[in-house]
Amino acid sequence: MTPGYDLKRVDFIFQDESDWKEILQKSLGRPSAELINELISSELKGRGGAGFPTGFKWKLAADELNPIKYIICNADEGEPGTFKDREILTKVPMKVLTAMAICGYVVGSHEAYIYLRGEYFFLQPALNKAIQEFQATCQELNFDFRINLFMGAGAYICGEETALFESMEGKRGEPRNKPPYPTSFGYLGKPTVINNVETLAHTYTIFKYGAKRFYDLGVQYSRGSKLFSVSGDTPKPGIYELELGMSLLDFVHDFGDGDTKAVQVGGASGFLVPQKRFAETTIGFQGKLTGISLPTGGSMMLFNSSRSMYNVLDNYLEFFREESCGQCTPCRVGCQQLLNGIKAVKRGEKNALYLDKLLRLTETMQYTAKCGLGQSVANSFSSIVENFREEMIY
Amino acid sequence: MTTKIKITINEKQIEVAEGSSIVDAAVCAGVIIPTLCFHKDLCVAGNCRVCVVEIAGQKRLSAACATPCEEGMEILTNSLKVRNARKQIIELLLSEHNADCTLCYKNGNCELQKLASDYKIMTQDFIQLAPLRKYQIDHYSPSMIKDDSKCIRCQRCVRTCAEIQGVSALTAAYKGDRMKIATFFEKPMNDVVCTNCGQCINHCPTGALVERNYIEEVWDALANKDKFVIVQTAPAVRVGLGEELGFEPGTRVTGKMVAALKRLGFDAVMDTDFSADLTIMEEGSELLMRLKKVLVDHDPNVKLPLATSCSPAWIKYIEHMYPDYLDHLSTCKSPQQMFGALVKTYYAKHFNLNPENIVSVSIMPCTAKKFEANRPEMHDSGYRDVDYVLTTRELAIMIKQAGIDFLKLDDRSFDQIMGASTGAGVIFGATGGVMEAALRTAYELVTGREVPFENLNIMPVRGMEGVREASILIENPLPDWSFLEGIELKCAVAHGLVNVKSLMDSIVSGESQYHFIEIMACPGGCLGGGGQPIPTNPEIRRKRALAIYAEDQGMPLRKSHQNPEILKIYSEFLTEPLGEVSHHLLHTHYTPRERF
Repeated sequence: MTPGYDLKRVDFIFQDESDWKEILQKSLGRPSAELINELISSELKGRGGAGFPTGFKWKLAADELNPIKYIICNADEGEPGTFKDREILTKVPMKVLTAMAICGYVVGSHEAYIYLRGEYFFLQPALNKAIQEFQATCQELNFDFRINLFMGAGAYICGEETALFESMEGKRGEPRNKPPYPTSFGYLGKPTVINNVETLAHTYTIFKYGAKRFYDLGVQYSRGSKLFSVSGDTPKPGIYELELGMSLLDFVHDFGDGDTKAVQVGGASGFLVPQKRFAETTIGFQGKLTGISLPTGGSMMLFNSSRSMYNVLDNYLEFFREESCGQCTPCRVGCQQLLNGIKAVKRGEKNALYLDKLLRLTETMQYTAKCGLGQSVANSFSSIVENFREEMIY
Repeated sequence: MTTKIKITINEKQIEVAEGSSIVDAAVCAGVIIPTLCFHKDLCVAGNCRVCVVEIAGQKRLSAACATPCEEGMEILTNSLKVRNARKQIIELLLSEHNADCTLCYKNGNCELQKLASDYKIMTQDFIQLAPLRKYQIDHYSPSMIKDDSKCIRCQRCVRTCAEIQGVSALTAAYKGDRMKIATFFEKPMNDVVCTNCGQCINHCPTGALVERNYIEEVWDALANKDKFVIVQTAPAVRVGLGEELGFEPGTRVTGKMVAALKRLGFDAVMDTDFSADLTIMEEGSELLMRLKKVLVDHDPNVKLPLATSCSPAWIKYIEHMYPDYLDHLSTCKSPQQMFGALVKTYYAKHFNLNPENIVSVSIMPCTAKKFEANRPEMHDSGYRDVDYVLTTRELAIMIKQAGIDFLKLDDRSFDQIMGASTGAGVIFGATGGVMEAALRTAYELVTGREVPFENLNIMPVRGMEGVREASILIENPLPDWSFLEGIELKCAVAHGLVNVKSLMDSIVSGESQYHFIEIMACPGGCLGGGGQPIPTNPEIRRKRALAIYAEDQGMPLRKSHQNPEILKIYSEFLTEPLGEVSHHLLHTHYTPRERF
């Protein structure tokens, strides 16, 4: 098997950030409609995993008439196997702060928050220092914009945007009903732009170099580059910025240990791709391309033949059973049934056909759960059970 | 004018107001979408997912309660996809639920049981989760029992306690599989800020929250030949009981209720309305006394506004939340407890009964009354003043157990003594009723004239608005009350503790200056009490209120001080309002409590 081409490594995100004042000043001098158009034409999509077009999100918030609006940087990086946002906030925090300020300028907001994952408490001092320096510059530029740091408390669900708002408002971190969407009714009921750390960092690149440099990377529907958190059975775990649209086969050729059995794309809430499907799978947002295209928040976990897929799934389900907020039936009870169910099949207390009942359950969860958490449990469950059924039973 | 939009439900095109939910819109199309976490009294949660429907063009299903209609929406409520999903969700709920239905107090009146029956869930494929947990039943409260094994986490109780009562004694705790509805630090219900109002019970779709019932205890007493069992019935019971026994909401069943109680074997059937009239005499006098002490004597130790003390959940609420304001409470016991104290003294003496052999039972629309009867200070007769408190629902259960065909009963009237009442006593059952009854009497006492409202109906204090205000100008009072000349008596009425909080806060801040406030813990007053038939919702409360006022209108006497038995008890036993006997038997004191 010869890979199609070498993976194209990109170096935008961690590029030197010392020009941030210049970028900020330059952007604040441009009409906000022009900035939005720049973003829209870059076709940047949210890098948290859901892939909503960023420019469009900013435009929706900009069009809201409410005089009070909020910008929130979602740094509640909780997806198992994802560790890129931590690196961004450590190495190039000024890019993120600058992007937040530009977003504030574009949509007409003066107040912003970074919602930082509870486990990242050690980033606090450095971030506070960066914020202080940044605020001073805003003052110099006569730009009324405040950035605050808000610490999460360790719940996975609080990375879901509306649960995150609830958490910030001092309530229990439970997702809200949608609609209304954050751009019209977000934090404290005000129009809110909430972007992932990496998304904001990409907007910095776009405002610095223009939309074209970004757009020229990647493939149709999946433009630009993306950070990948590579872990598992690989000789070179770490964070890599790669062009979107690569084939999984190429990826495994580059990062695998020669014995890769499957790759989990997108963390516990993503899909498991078995070896036989590496060639037909590309990494990017879903579109009208041929083959399977898998979106990801950047987590790539490689498993070699020494791994039991039953144990992998058991591990994911235990995670979901605990991290479900417990609010809606399909997710709260569904996760428990899936976990208890595969255990019962493994122990022989339920026969193998019970797996089909569980597969139908994941379908119900996908259709009816209130938020992305419950809806996406089906992804890993069905892709693992369908591809490694025998490992579930024996 | 609201804008109308066109939508299609199950291929039928209808016009609905913009912004209405799919659940509401479906009703217009003649379609009923099953719900569980949804309740007309509460905000939309959208967490049970039983109401999911299919919207054309969308892969996922949507919760009909939480999704607003949009122009051109094509909705399917009964597609294969919907039915499969809905059935599986019900199966999931059942797998988490202790489904020993035959052993459950709510057997026959459980929304989950009904769904299981409607969708014919005949198999138990999923693993039963309830037995895997070590659930402990909280039975420490004299008012209620909380059984988490039957909880389906719909959070109706949580929303009720927060939105209607502003107490939040119950909240969601933990996450994932451990998520549960809990009190502060999972203390028992009787150790926390819970007011025992029972609204959570009234809103619980399953048997997770139920009243602590005393049905067997009362049957035992009735069967005991040595005991003389007396029952009193609260005003709101007669407009609710019918709902449990085949009548439409808002039907008055006073005579049938009395007949049924006699058939059950109670030795005397009496009326709490009597002691409601008595409350007016005592509390009205207390109000006038306080006005004199404040306005004439400038006594700094006497507090205004005077607050009513009929609602035991309100009493517990103020003890927890505003312990510095207990001096504002009327020292009058509630009508139930006045009645109880008199049964084992005045009544016993009158009929020459040994109070030791009297069992005093009360039928209340309320679960907090169970707690109230259990308070240590409620032993002024020398015995426990009220032995057993049954809710409207428990009485209905007893009537059904006794095989009484309630629909066919002939009307009977209350026994004497302590059975006569006036319209003023009846309206205690509705929010604003105590205020109205007190004004009818106090105004006449002071001026010698009837209150200046048509037909004695003091409309400004009636209605369902959370807080209502009224004022009466006092002109040409009788000589004894000349200090009230030109005084505008300012009153306020609040019901539902969340509204009470806003009224109390305005009093605490000094923003509002009232002389007299009436507080009822439950929405709509006692007619919407936690012990009333399930379901209770805004529509049903309105109907019960109409029935209460119709009952008042139909009474020959409508002012408490006209009640002949009230005149009799003062001449024979109590001598005068606020007198020594009254002080001993009819008045009480309060206890500051912690705020958790």
